[in-house]
Amino acid sequence: MTDRTKRLTTLAISVSVAMILSFVESQIPALIPVPGVKLGLANIATLFVLYKLGWKEAIAVSSVRVALSSLLFGSVSSFLYALAGAALSLAIMALLKLAKIFSTITVSITGAVAHNIAQIGVAMLILQTEVVIYYLPALLISGIITGAVIGIIGALLLNKISIDPR
Amino acid sequence: MEDKKTSRIREFLQKHRYDLVLILLLVFVSLAALLILSLTRTEGARVEVTKDGEHYATYSLSDEGEYPIGDGNILVIEDGWAYMRSADCPDRTCVNRGKIRYTNQTIVCLPNRVAVKVISGEGGVDLES
Repeated sequence: MTDRTKRLTTLAISVSVAMILSFVESQIPALIPVPGVKLGLANIATLFVLYKLGWKEAIAVSSVRVALSSLLFGSVSSFLYALAGAALSLAIMALLKLAKIFSTITVSITGAVAHNIAQIGVAMLILQTEVVIYYLPALLISGIITGAVIGIIGALLLNKISIDPR
Repeated sequence: MEDKKTSRIREFLQKHRYDLVLILLLVFVSLAALLILSLTRTEGARVEVTKDGEHYATYSLSDEGEYPIGDGNILVIEDGWAYMRSADCPDRTCVNRGKIRYTNQTIVCLPNRVAVKVISGEGGVDLES
């Protein structure tokens, strides 16, 4: 298999895995009744691509995943939330990874917290009210917890799965 | 034996010092935000409803009743608590939010762009409902 084909295939598989995780996530009822709190399963795929392939590939996989899953399982407003969340969290995660001094779990935690802050930002813009800021503590704490869970899963997968079997 | 253990812990701390600093910082900020919110919380007197980014209505928490908000949501005030009885959106996060009565507690319905916030009684409780 040529490198190009291999790259394309790996990216396509990553998108499909991310889509499946998004779908599974959309079927899980909200754990606590605060808008924006979610497990962030799809971030496992983003984390994986970020570490195995690089940030450009992670942006590609993440944006295709957000567009497709909003189209299939979400609505127009959920697209905005998902896009802002994915963009900010990926930006933060890519920067932290670039710094080379943080572990995968820390990168994932900070990414999850960034995702939740972005959700609050979009909610403030859409609702045109500052009241949602009172959800911030709950969203920060849940981000730390879900980010740690996703980061542990991601770190395990990164150790176990090799995408270059040559 | 004990020395080995402490040196291993020290090694771990050394290796992950940046991780620990960042995570502790995040935890500290979250807890501080939580603490500030819970310390400043007082019994509220009214709820302020915002829909589509504009002021929709203000209801006193002592005026019991059902108040429809737009077409999608029904807000209920009962025994000094406010809660969302129904919502036409699929996620129903606002209904699951439960009851609120303390200042700055909020019920948000993102799909219908509705926000309900408890405010204090300053400026007179008797507002039109």
